[in-house]
Amino acid sequence: MMHFLLLFSRQGKLRLQKWFLPLPERERKKIVKDMTTMVLARKPRTCNFLHWKDLKIVYKRYASLYFCCALENQDNELLALEILHRYVELLDKYFGNVCELDIIFNFEKAYFILDELLMGGEIQETSKLSIVKSIEASDMLQETMEEYISKPAF
Amino acid sequence: MPAPIRLRELIRTIRTARTQAEEREMIQKECAAIRSSFREEDNTYRCRNVAKLLYMHMLGYPAHFGQLECLKLIASQKFTDKRIGYLGAMLLLDERQDVHLLMTNCIKNDLNHSTQYVQGLSLCTLGCMGSSEMCRDLAGEVEKLLKTSNSYLRKKAALCAVHVIRKVPELMEMFLPATKNLLSEKNHGEILHTSVVLLTEMCERSPDMLSHFRKLVPQLVRILKNLIMSGYSPEHDVSGISDPFLQVRILRLLRILGKGDDDSSEAMNDILAQVATNTETSKNVGNAILYETVLTIMDIKSESGLRVLAINILGRFLLNNDKNIRYVALTSLLKTVQTDHNAVQRHRSTIVDCLKDLDVSIKRRAMELSFALVNGNNIRGMMKELLYFLDSCDPDFKADCASGIFLAAEKYAPSKRWHIDTVMRVLTTAGSYVRDDSVPNLIQLITNSVEMHAYTVQRLYKALLDDISQQPLVQVASWCIGEYGDLLVSGQCEEEEPIQVDALEDEVLDVLEGLLVSNLSTPVTRAYSLTAIMKLSTRFSSVNRIKKVVSIYGSSIDVELQQRAVEYNANDLLDLLGGNDVVPVIQTTVPTKPASAGGELLDLLGDLSLTGIPPMTAYNKNGLKIEFTFERSNPSPNIAVITIHATNSTEADMTEFVFQAAVPKTFQLQLLSPSSNVVPALNQGSVTQVIRVLNPQKQQLRMRIKLTYTHKGSPVQDLAEVNNFPPQSWQ
Repeated sequence: MMHFLLLFSRQGKLRLQKWFLPLPERERKKIVKDMTTMVLARKPRTCNFLHWKDLKIVYKRYASLYFCCALENQDNELLALEILHRYVELLDKYFGNVCELDIIFNFEKAYFILDELLMGGEIQETSKLSIVKSIEASDMLQETMEEYISKPAF
Repeated sequence: MPAPIRLRELIRTIRTARTQAEEREMIQKECAAIRSSFREEDNTYRCRNVAKLLYMHMLGYPAHFGQLECLKLIASQKFTDKRIGYLGAMLLLDERQDVHLLMTNCIKNDLNHSTQYVQGLSLCTLGCMGSSEMCRDLAGEVEKLLKTSNSYLRKKAALCAVHVIRKVPELMEMFLPATKNLLSEKNHGEILHTSVVLLTEMCERSPDMLSHFRKLVPQLVRILKNLIMSGYSPEHDVSGISDPFLQVRILRLLRILGKGDDDSSEAMNDILAQVATNTETSKNVGNAILYETVLTIMDIKSESGLRVLAINILGRFLLNNDKNIRYVALTSLLKTVQTDHNAVQRHRSTIVDCLKDLDVSIKRRAMELSFALVNGNNIRGMMKELLYFLDSCDPDFKADCASGIFLAAEKYAPSKRWHIDTVMRVLTTAGSYVRDDSVPNLIQLITNSVEMHAYTVQRLYKALLDDISQQPLVQVASWCIGEYGDLLVSGQCEEEEPIQVDALEDEVLDVLEGLLVSNLSTPVTRAYSLTAIMKLSTRFSSVNRIKKVVSIYGSSIDVELQQRAVEYNANDLLDLLGGNDVVPVIQTTVPTKPASAGGELLDLLGDLSLTGIPPMTAYNKNGLKIEFTFERSNPSPNIAVITIHATNSTEADMTEFVFQAAVPKTFQLQLLSPSSNVVPALNQGSVTQVIRVLNPQKQQLRMRIKLTYTHKGSPVQDLAEVNNFPPQSWQ
């Protein structure tokens, strides 16, 4: 299973943090620091895999954002690259030509999409279409409620 | 009361902050507003406020005061509230909070909600961060949902069940009935992936479950076959490959089911061969499937033909342009090198090429794998590559590489000479990175290679002439010269040109003495060189010179060296003087009173000390007089050994007497312990202390001294310059 998934900028600013294991706040902060330091220190043409403690770290840069996840030994790191890519595709479909600013201003949506793709560190749904439909339907639910109450969502 | 600002407004505002302090101020202001809004139990804007809090939490600011608010949002009827509430719970709460208990009821209600997306939210939250207690309480609900016909909920329930099993393994049994039809065709494949994950988790945790689920192998094989053969399915497609995620999970489950079981392994043999040969390898996704296939083939009881196929796939991976794939191949080969050694050997040259890869992770793996592949047949060729690698690799690798080379050489060296040459090569190219324990091991090796002694000592001596900075090399070389110095100077070496130098003995001693005074030498190295010098007294003819050097070290600040020097001198004296009555005083208390040891020795050894330099008065004030007496050593003309003698002509003792000295930067100074710290009154005795001054640039000796003592109850302190050193003391 995946232990965590982080998104951070090239300056090391955290944009999303998904934890699939219970960890105290202090430890989460330390891990984020370790990951950003390690990943940002990597030279450009090195492979996308790192070893950290007993975990395999897989990371990939998309434009100004680093997508970084931690896997257990028996997990397939080449497939993890595909998972990260799938997540980026979903974000792109949802926001239309997604960029870092979209994730900054709509972080909660990024989480909602991720929660349709992964759960408990495992892939939940392998059909892109199915995920997109679920998100759209949930959003509709939100708007319907809001329309009903006629107050702005945020 | 104005409405709290919107989330995106806050984000925009915070991003305009130009300094950390400015940002902190904005955040504190907003947090205060949010706190008072929470206190007022405002239902309308709770959602907005918690969302803002989550944003600020991501920036690193504390948000614990929002934890209870998340619960209130979860309990709300509005979908928007629940969405943010559950998100907040997952981000702000961890297992240890008591609020978990409060959540259980809300989740239970939502698991039975009429809207599937609400049910989905609660399943997701439970499946990501549910504590053991929550899992125990809600397992029944999850199990119910696992049997529903709604595939959206069923897949989430399956992963939620996985989490429950991870937290409370005893509950596994209760999910067994629900797994009956998980893989059946009726499900239209929507829940296949999560079903396979659930089955995998159960099989990994329980041998009974594993046996029970072995009967699913034919079904899994069929599903995998359909995936490969089926037409284009755009929803599940990645670069022309159907549902690679599902393919990989099935392969992984097959691995677990086939391991150690002949029948299952046979049943999956064909499909594995099919996947291995038909999967498109131009993109990462195809290779991900091949990678998983190889892992499965290697783990189950596959036919040898299939195993060779798997290793060959890894061999092809090594030649792939994609460094990720090369890395993964090396990692996998490392796992199989023990069991399938011969098959991996066939790819040795490709693996060795990876030593030259630009990627650090790949280089490391290639090095580990190379060491695993070394054997009696390929040792010469492999060692050439590994030594070349040692020359050019990152410092991080050098220690491990050197150790690996030593080990391999020990196991497979084709000849003693080759072994010594290899060791020499490592010491000269990576001598500073070699581990401490290799020095005694190498000494042992050299000792045992009797016929190579002359050759070894000659090569090591030549290496010393070039470079004295690498301590392990210097230590081994010193030891060797001490043992076999006679072979060195007599030119007995057959394998190499003997060293033709006049007065070779003197040169050798120069080199060893050079090690003693060099700043590059560690204390351990100095001990080795001193011992070597002492040993040479029985092999060389320049015994006097050796004695002079050793006597200097009788008063060395380094206790180790001192002890050796003292013992040497004492023993030697007994030998030389035969049955003479003079009994040398061997100072067993050398560590505590070094100065007097030096003094007495000098007395005993009489003319070995050079006191041709006149003493001088360095200080004379208030009844305290300090005299300096000098010794110089010829072999080390840069070192002056000064003994201070402090006397007190007043009628009261000077107690707590401390003498300190400082010299200009071009000198080095060592101060030994004083004989005592009471200077007795009325010149009834003296305090002596030894100073060693290193003066490599032969500059005029100058010193600043500081004296502190207590006299008649009052503390006294004085500083003085000492400039009247006799020229012979430093020229």
